[in-house]
Amino acid sequence: MKKLINRPQDVVQDALAGVAAAHGDRLKVHTAPDYIVRADAPLRGKVAIVSGGGSGHEPLHGGFVGRGMLDAACPGQIFTSPTPDQVLAATRAVDGGAGVLLIVKNYTGDVMNFEMAADLARDEGIVVESVVIDDDVALQDGRHTAGRRGVGATVLAEKICGAAAERRRPLAEVAELCRKVNAGARSMGVALTSCTVPMVGKPTLELGPDEIEFGVGIHGEPGRERRPAASAHDIVAALATAIVDDLPFGRGDRVLAFVNGLGGTPLLELYVVYNELHTLLASRGIVIARNLVGSYMTALDMAGCSITLLRLDDELAALWDAPVVTTGLRWGA
Amino acid sequence: MIAVAPDTDAGAKTAARGEVITRPAVVAWLRAFAAVVARDRELLTELDAAIGDADHGINMDRGMQAVLGKLDELGEPADGSVGALLKAVGMTLVSSVGGAAGPLYGTLFLQMGSAAGQASELTLAAWASAVAAGVAGAQARGKAELQDKTMIDALLPAVAALRAGAASGLSLAEALGRSAEAARQGMEATVPLVARKGRASYLGQRSAGHQDPGATSSWLLLSAAATALPAGTGP
Repeated sequence: MKKLINRPQDVVQDALAGVAAAHGDRLKVHTAPDYIVRADAPLRGKVAIVSGGGSGHEPLHGGFVGRGMLDAACPGQIFTSPTPDQVLAATRAVDGGAGVLLIVKNYTGDVMNFEMAADLARDEGIVVESVVIDDDVALQDGRHTAGRRGVGATVLAEKICGAAAERRRPLAEVAELCRKVNAGARSMGVALTSCTVPMVGKPTLELGPDEIEFGVGIHGEPGRERRPAASAHDIVAALATAIVDDLPFGRGDRVLAFVNGLGGTPLLELYVVYNELHTLLASRGIVIARNLVGSYMTALDMAGCSITLLRLDDELAALWDAPVVTTGLRWGA
Repeated sequence: MIAVAPDTDAGAKTAARGEVITRPAVVAWLRAFAAVVARDRELLTELDAAIGDADHGINMDRGMQAVLGKLDELGEPADGSVGALLKAVGMTLVSSVGGAAGPLYGTLFLQMGSAAGQASELTLAAWASAVAAGVAGAQARGKAELQDKTMIDALLPAVAALRAGAASGLSLAEALGRSAEAARQGMEATVPLVARKGRASYLGQRSAGHQDPGATSSWLLLSAAATALPAGTGP
């Protein structure tokens, strides 16, 4: 294992110290319990948005803390949900009296830890709403599993809800928007290589040199099936077809197309993917009205990508376009 | 279920009457569990890598190391309550483990602590009730049923064996031994199961053929109890 780290068990703490050193003017990094909060929090009268999850997906979630997106992020250990005391402390720190929305990715641990935190916050009189994101179409049967995983739609929900909160929309409306984004978004990913968790020191997924994992999760958990490696054209066709058929997206739909790198794939290849997606969707009469291309929700050093499509209306498009000032996403300001 | 007719086992019944689980014995159990988790950290992580996300051993070890720190901090007050100790352990796990195991094991110890109450020592029957309450708490938190391929598959049979042992007047060592054995069988029975909860459930049929890491750590917990609680000392 070659990584730019010191001791494997210190990676998260060392990185948080780096975030504090680099962005101390805009972000406050608290440790024990760990959370990142925008420097001007709490904002009186504004709904606060808190998210979090295991580390290893950067810039998600800490890189999305700032004006127009998250008020706080709770980083867990690598690929491990944050604990309730972290989420509770972050919730207290950002509550400006208008309530707090918790955006939770649908993984067993995340859901349970955020549930415990929400219960504790409510006991303290903080108004909390919780929305679980589950947009991954790789899992076809949600009834006999922990349900679909939360992936790319999380980034879009955090941006769109952040903009709504910035406009002083009330908690119930911001939560409803979050559910609307989740309901209208579908994602799927593919891994070309495994990631390696620093504390484990060897690849999570055993992928042969000519194999890809289709429908992979963002922790290197296996997906729908193992396939032989293929061209970008064929991989995008398979991912996009699974996504489009699931919602389904149809002729005339306006979408936000999000091509996301999983950490070990160059931007050059992501644009190859985007080009294939653009061509395929055009052939099906689906209009890409907005796009996002880059590595925003990663799986450590995994090579591969995910594609997310979100059905847009004027409201969602306007909120997407609204100014955002975070270390991971920044425009309009 | 192993049924022992109370009337034909009078000797064991008598033996069980005088036996209690003291706070120092519970501390010894927790230390023994921390030791086996540290010892089997790689095994738990490897089991998790096969059907999950390769962090179960790491997370449980981090949690139990935090529990060891908490035990040192709390010391061994002569009249300390078992319930308060178990609750402190639960809170420590909740705030240090993360993942799914944190809330599940945390809730198990918190609920066990509530059931144990203020007593400074527990009879086998009271202990069985406390363990049952803890397991019920974990089950409610994770919403898992038997055969979902989770820790519940090891814990529920262990609770049943423990209750049966208490009801039929077995000695502490024998009842805890049967409980650990039931957990081991429950753990091994997870191998062919298709997971319906947790990250392993994403694999569908591909999860069959692997032993569940959560059921494995639960077996370690109960086998540590069988070793450490009757002896009242560490490994």
